[in-house]
Amino acid sequence: MNKFTTALATGVLAFAPVSAFAADSSDPIVIPIHNWSSQIVMSNVVGQIFEEMGQNVEYVTTDSQAVYESVRLGDVTLELEVWEGAFGASFRAALEKGGIVDVGDHNAVTREDWWYPMWTKDACPGLPSWEALNDCADLFATPETGSKGRYLDGPVDWLKHGKERVEALGMNFEVINAGSAAALWAEIGAAEADKRPVVVFNWTPNFAEAVWPGEFVEFPVWVDGCDKDASVGPNPDALYDCGNPADGYLKKAAWDGMADKWPTAYAVLEKISFTNPQIAEMARLVDIDELEPEEAAAEWLDANEATWKTWLN
Amino acid sequence: MVAVTTHTAQPPSRLTPSFIAMCLFVIALLLTVIQYVGLLPTLLYRLPEAWIPPFAAWLDVAFNFVRYDLALEKVTRWFAEGPLQFMLDTTANILYGKRRWPNFEQVPWSAVAAVAAVLGYSLGGWRLAVLAGATFIWTALIGQWKIAMETMSVLFVAAPLAFCLGLGLGILAWKFSWVDRAIKPILSVLQTLPFFTYLLPAVIFFKVGPTAGAVATIIYAIPPMVLMTTLGLKKVPPEIVEAGKMSGCTRWQMLRHVYVPSARTEILVGVNQVIMLCLAMVVLTAFIGMPGLGAKLLAMMGSFKLGRSFEIGVTIVLLAVTLDRLSKAWVVKLPKHFEKDTPWWIRNKYLIIGLGAFVSFTVLGQFVEWFAEIGRRQSFSQGKEIDTAIKSFLAIDAIQNTTMAIRYVLNVWILNPFRDFLLSIPTVAFIMLVVAGALALGGKRSGIYAAVFFSLVALTGWWDRSVITLYSVISAVILAVAIGLPIGILAARSKAWSERVLLICDTAQTFPSFIYLIPAIMLFGITATSVVMSILIFAMVPLVRYTIEGLRNVPPEMTEAADMSGATRMQKLWNVQLPLALPTMAVGFNQAIMFAFFMVIIAAFIGTQDLGQELQKTLAGTNMGKNFVLGICVSLMALTFDMAIMTWAETKKRALGL
Repeated sequence: MNKFTTALATGVLAFAPVSAFAADSSDPIVIPIHNWSSQIVMSNVVGQIFEEMGQNVEYVTTDSQAVYESVRLGDVTLELEVWEGAFGASFRAALEKGGIVDVGDHNAVTREDWWYPMWTKDACPGLPSWEALNDCADLFATPETGSKGRYLDGPVDWLKHGKERVEALGMNFEVINAGSAAALWAEIGAAEADKRPVVVFNWTPNFAEAVWPGEFVEFPVWVDGCDKDASVGPNPDALYDCGNPADGYLKKAAWDGMADKWPTAYAVLEKISFTNPQIAEMARLVDIDELEPEEAAAEWLDANEATWKTWLN
Repeated sequence: MVAVTTHTAQPPSRLTPSFIAMCLFVIALLLTVIQYVGLLPTLLYRLPEAWIPPFAAWLDVAFNFVRYDLALEKVTRWFAEGPLQFMLDTTANILYGKRRWPNFEQVPWSAVAAVAAVLGYSLGGWRLAVLAGATFIWTALIGQWKIAMETMSVLFVAAPLAFCLGLGLGILAWKFSWVDRAIKPILSVLQTLPFFTYLLPAVIFFKVGPTAGAVATIIYAIPPMVLMTTLGLKKVPPEIVEAGKMSGCTRWQMLRHVYVPSARTEILVGVNQVIMLCLAMVVLTAFIGMPGLGAKLLAMMGSFKLGRSFEIGVTIVLLAVTLDRLSKAWVVKLPKHFEKDTPWWIRNKYLIIGLGAFVSFTVLGQFVEWFAEIGRRQSFSQGKEIDTAIKSFLAIDAIQNTTMAIRYVLNVWILNPFRDFLLSIPTVAFIMLVVAGALALGGKRSGIYAAVFFSLVALTGWWDRSVITLYSVISAVILAVAIGLPIGILAARSKAWSERVLLICDTAQTFPSFIYLIPAIMLFGITATSVVMSILIFAMVPLVRYTIEGLRNVPPEMTEAADMSGATRMQKLWNVQLPLALPTMAVGFNQAIMFAFFMVIIAAFIGTQDLGQELQKTLAGTNMGKNFVLGICVSLMALTFDMAIMTWAETKKRALGL
């Protein structure tokens, strides 16, 4: 029973004002968790850094698109992975409405595009060029697409414009939308069994790189305005005739009240910046080594003390 | 109602429902043929865009009015952040040591398992004790204790609240007939509304996270409780009521000591339903930020860890089966009455044993860490091994070839042509066909409702997507009948097999539905076949269950009569058992359709072009009007079937004197 009394005592102490030590509020900083591993570990890493500083931290699982509305309302304090391609639109919409602030970029860059696992290259050696891919289109045919190749795009609401690109570049492919990320992995996993060639939508940094080595298809290089001005890009009459940008941003965002409520934590958040290898390492700890996210975060913090200690000062 | 009165005024011989149904069917057929020839005005083929009223925009205005102008949001937010959050925090602290009032340490898993076993024993003897104890031991050993307790902590708040609200509403509906009339249609809609439609308003009004999840769960679980309460209270025999009145009970005493105890069985069946629905929903609310088993499952599926997803699924099934059996045992177990001078420790012996077990394991947990908490590294999870097993199973050539053949035949020859055919029917003709079906099955009332409901669906402007949704449902249900009925009929032959198959049904039903999606995709790709297959598993359950129940509950006099007149087994089945079991089987068929409508929305995660896909899209935004319109489309279609089939089953039952 001894433990109970100490627990009670610490509980009571936790309610005592700690404002004498820091200007930060003792309310918990609410960090959102989504359903992919690098984000979960990164959130735990940052959470544990905050806890080290004496902050109260709480995690809440949320939808990765709806989270911007929650940040705006202050229900959630910050967001650590704002992907340019996937969440840029939701983030900008929330910025316009107000209540959310841009806290700067990570060092890491993001890329989202057509992708294939390495065994595909054996069947279609001309890859990664998109023309070569188009020449091998029949390798990717399925019973439903007939003679055309099948490209498995992300869910429709990710707005990846696969169909438009196929039309703009005159490719012999049919675009099928998966319903979720899990559906994409299931298709790759099924293709892995008999090393069937597949081309799907994928992104980096992502756990999939560690499980299935692969490459992005090289489309005509992204030029600004490719999605707005038909004359930009190889096809003068069509939009979306380029690949996606190969160096999209990865931002941090926060509720606009955070800077006032938790000034020291906010200052640290501004300094936080992860690189692509660091993010891949976080994902690896969970996806390959099968650690729980909290443990993975603790492990990462132990191994990379030099990196994060500099953010605290 | 006008239509009804004019019809009854007619001489009944000419305009019978089946005659009108026949006419409608022929007209629909003609219209379709005219459409194929290319002579049908487009107006009749599809409703022109310009005619479609902006329901979504209107609803948004209404929502915003309620949300801001009536300040409902302030009230709900206060409730979410105040009392509800407090209750959730309290159970969370007790079950997994979240740092909130009353600031206990986490309860050791061994103590919970011991208490569960004692509870199981007191309700249903050794078998239940083993089931309950083993469930919690499994959860701890597999390394899912904390997430399971996160889920249970919400369940412990949501289920009692849903019970109280349901009981209260049920009593009101029984007391005042206008309440009954007012809430009946609302409950029907609630029961058929896709769960995605519960989630978005919950998030907007009750803050993302466990609070919104708890609210969505509660609302989802209320309808059966209300219905069962009203049903139970209505069945209270007048003799008991008289006895209560004679002993001079006040109105409150009548309710407390006469009505509610007499309706105990129905109310407890309601409790069982509440618990099961709560558990199902608590997992699904992971989409709106509910931590626990559901959230972990989503994360595991997002990183393609089949083995671990499967283990979480097993945990959920075990929890569901345990809670189900415990609450059912509670229904059956009648209150025990003791002799007048029985000492308190005999009256409450299970309570004392439970407390004793709890205290001793808690103390043990203080000394032996293993009894308090099992870390991830010590757990017995076999995630990776299961992954390998699944993958190597899929790599077998025979499997690959069979699934490829099934996929080819189903997609290219059956499913896609069927879909294109349904889409090619003009809207007007489609509605006529549905109305004709409803008339033939359920009579005038069902026909009128079908006409109104499907016209409304057409008016929302989501016609094509609604038809695609319906096509998946119909295809899956047809396949489910083709597979499920023979299984049910075979299983019903012997008691032992019936029990085994029913256990499989329970398991299949409580296994979190979205785990089915991954194997379906791996076997059949992102195609209509996967969608239909994943619905099929779910839709088969009620079909098999009700077929078995229907066949086994055929009065023995009837089968004996058949035996005596020298019927062969086949003759007995076709001429005696099946006709008598048909009304019950129809209920199963109806349930299969309802389950299919539920699952087709989840199948959007495979990749569909139906209402589910649009619903899933709205979940990410704040587009409440559209979300609601889509949900209502699903609900209206489901209700049409529900009414027609249930009316048919009722009439048939009465005719057979069952």
